[in-house]
Amino acid sequence: MVELYFLLVFMIIGSVGALQAKDLLSSVVALGAVGLGLCLTFLILKAPDVAITQLVVEILSIIILIRATLRKDLPEVPTGGWMFPSAMGVGFAVILLLVALKCFPDLPVFGEPKLRVAQHYLDSGLQETGAANLVASVILDYRAYDTLGEATVLLTAVMGVLAVVRKVGRKKPDQPEEQTDA
Amino acid sequence: MPEKPEPGMTILVKTVTRLTAWLILLYGIYIVLHGHISPGGGFAGGVIIALSFIHLMLAYGKEVVFRKLSKEMVELMESTGALVFLAIALLGLTTGYFFGNFLPAGEPFNLFSAGTIPLSNIAISFKVWAGLFAVFLALVLLRIDNVGE
Repeated sequence: MVELYFLLVFMIIGSVGALQAKDLLSSVVALGAVGLGLCLTFLILKAPDVAITQLVVEILSIIILIRATLRKDLPEVPTGGWMFPSAMGVGFAVILLLVALKCFPDLPVFGEPKLRVAQHYLDSGLQETGAANLVASVILDYRAYDTLGEATVLLTAVMGVLAVVRKVGRKKPDQPEEQTDA
Repeated sequence: MPEKPEPGMTILVKTVTRLTAWLILLYGIYIVLHGHISPGGGFAGGVIIALSFIHLMLAYGKEVVFRKLSKEMVELMESTGALVFLAIALLGLTTGYFFGNFLPAGEPFNLFSAGTIPLSNIAISFKVWAGLFAVFLALVLLRIDNVGE
């Protein structure tokens, strides 16, 4: 488990770097490092499905972020003083740690889930669904209803984005034809 | 030599893209089709397929990609994937309940096994790659430049 702590420290350093970087590109790269650390964490925790998904979604989001932020660097936001934000940050961290101190002893031991239904999936998932990948048998057979909800969320999000940025109905008649570059 | 510079990146990037884009596409299809045997599945494979198209678009510019795949086609693909997934769910009603696995389970570890799970994977992959590609197009190419002017 010691490598998990190394990855945790690496991810914390990456997150701080992403927040403190001067330009947006360095910030995005630091965010990618955090995502890679999370992917390795999933691999060490023996969840290759989640690791693959994390990796590819990270690559996609990083590409989109770089493409969207590379051209126009956002101006530095002027901030007033450092006292109040720092005090707020430390205060919230202390509150979070106090709550965690109270909550963490109640968590189930790692690798021993309290839900009994998981044991049923492990025992009879292969016979009942015939899928060698148990994750697939859970998300597409036992819990396919949740997957339908997730698919609907993605569909709605895409429809919303396409409706917001569409060109039809946005252009005024006297406006010249504009060319977006690739 | 053409007068106008071609859209896209330099010839190095274009050559490497020509060699790798179809490999990425094939790998995505492999991940989707073997989602019920090995790690992966419809979502991850769909994102990889979308990444292959994005790779092509970053290197060659949007015209080349739009010649292979128009925007209307992308939207059609996404809706079709969602509807096919819903149709699989509704066909499950023939076994008595929503999302019932109405196909035989078959031999484990075979490509044609696990009933409806591979079909669902394929439907979800269509939904995901078309949806994410559409989001990429919308967020990156169709920037709202003249808002607030």
